[in-house]
Amino acid sequence: MSTVSVTVDTERDRRIPFGLVRDTISLAHRGLMAYLRVPQLLVFSTIQPVIFVLMFRFVFGGAIDTGSVPYVDYLMPGIFVQTVTFGAIATAIGLATDVKSGLMERFHALPMARGAVLTGRTAADLTRNVFVVALMMVVGFIVGWRIHTNVLGLFAAGLLVLLFGYSMSWIFATVGLGVKDPETAQAAAFPVLAPLVFASSAFVPTDTMPSWLQAFADHQPVSATANAVRALTLGGPTAEYVIQALLWAAAILLVFVPISVRLYRRAV
Amino acid sequence: MSDAAIVVEGLEKRFDEVVALAGVDLRVAPGTVFGLLGPNGAGKTTAVRVLATVLQPDGGRAEVLGRDVVLEPDAVRRRIGLAGQYAAVDPNLTGRENLRMTGVLSQMPKERIAGRADELLDRFELAHAADRPLKTYSGGMRRRLDIAASLVAKPPVLFLDEPTTGLDLTSRNALWDMIRELVDEGTTVLLTTQYLEEADRLADRIAVVDVGKVIADDTPEALKAQLGTTVVEMGLVGDGRAARAHEILAGAIPGRVEQEGDLIRITSDQGAHVLVDVLRRLGDGLEPDTLTVREPSMDDVFLALTGRHAESVEEQDEAEMRSRAGQEGSA
Repeated sequence: MSTVSVTVDTERDRRIPFGLVRDTISLAHRGLMAYLRVPQLLVFSTIQPVIFVLMFRFVFGGAIDTGSVPYVDYLMPGIFVQTVTFGAIATAIGLATDVKSGLMERFHALPMARGAVLTGRTAADLTRNVFVVALMMVVGFIVGWRIHTNVLGLFAAGLLVLLFGYSMSWIFATVGLGVKDPETAQAAAFPVLAPLVFASSAFVPTDTMPSWLQAFADHQPVSATANAVRALTLGGPTAEYVIQALLWAAAILLVFVPISVRLYRRAV
Repeated sequence: MSDAAIVVEGLEKRFDEVVALAGVDLRVAPGTVFGLLGPNGAGKTTAVRVLATVLQPDGGRAEVLGRDVVLEPDAVRRRIGLAGQYAAVDPNLTGRENLRMTGVLSQMPKERIAGRADELLDRFELAHAADRPLKTYSGGMRRRLDIAASLVAKPPVLFLDEPTTGLDLTSRNALWDMIRELVDEGTTVLLTTQYLEEADRLADRIAVVDVGKVIADDTPEALKAQLGTTVVEMGLVGDGRAARAHEILAGAIPGRVEQEGDLIRITSDQGAHVLVDVLRRLGDGLEPDTLTVREPSMDDVFLALTGRHAESVEEQDEAEMRSRAGQEGSA
């Protein structure tokens, strides 16, 4: 080998500092461009939670007994959690699309930071959630939702919802890389999500459910997060609920980040 | 250090019980084009994917520029470009955005990326469409962008998996010229193809792959000397006419004469001239009912090497299935 190629060699192996951050930003930008260039994606994923707000606020709400708490104030925290939970399907669809289109093959042959495809995708979906959650808060205020605590509580509630949405994204990263097909990912998601979202305290208090169902509904992440967001916006004892919600998010991330990264290495 | 740009020794890969690579050996000299020729399912794509560090081999070893694909995948990735069978570009980004993203992910210094992207857009005649989303691109434009993306980091080794599949003639010829230019600049290219013509035009050396094994590895000239340059196929229907023709022609004319039912196939290196000789010898009563004169195809290579036709095997390889689905979709 000539000296020229040897110099080229060392040049090629030089690492760029903060490679993971740089790769993540680049791939997150790519994910967000999809929402800007195909706005239907965002519109349709936002219409559904808006319909839920209107339906529960004006159709079912009157028949749901939430004691001294106005139903709209009970409902909105559940809506936020439901929105980011269903929104996480986008992570699965995005990754499955990349596998199917062959883009994942190119990513595997590039010298990028391990896991950047996943951190980039989930960061894009987290950023989208910032907008969607803010929008849902505005919708909430329009239909009469009121904060009984303060701005800090509202802010903390928003962060908690985003954290929960982020952890759900990693569950769906696993789903997307596992099924490798966007339509299958979409179809696989609903049967998993429906019981989590509807057999929860998101829309109705759990105490009217049969005891076996209540046992499930009281001990699952959607309820825990909805309860914590409620505590942060309604007032009353808060710490215990928030800690429970944080533990759920941490546990989900601890389990699904490593599984997703492993699946990514094999997903072509 | 080895003097070959790519070294493959005893490479094995299985998908469940299907054997995709059954001990492949290859050596590719730097600055040359190496063609892997074979039907769908022969294992060409799998070989490229292992070399590009996308798949892990089950046995054997492979090196790219002296770097082991299993032990030093990151070092290999810094030296290769890969254009798979499917245009692996983001449909929601513009051409320019796609190239710049690939530059970042190839760990290029920021200040070099924009210039390199512009250079490639010019070179691949995409400058006019640089800022349009890919939805507006034709199939040929996407394919060109895909190959441009594989070149962003100026890789010394380039893998092209069936680069001209699905391209029209003009795009194909333009792409062939581009590949030639890259090689003149010192790039080593390994490409897979199902077309003998493509391998012949581009490759300095051709390996014929059959069910995960290399069954021939030679220069195009040597392969063709074995094969002949012209294939004449004649149909002689009925009454053992084909058998009589075979009897008359075998040994009498320069070239190989084979009979398959009513079909006589003559492979010769005499060009179309052989046809005059053939028809004169057959004379009255043995006029062919159908007649084709053509260049040898991959199938003829297989017949010559294995005594049987090239069969497309169902491969467990998703890229192959994707490519087939894509072709059906665009047809």
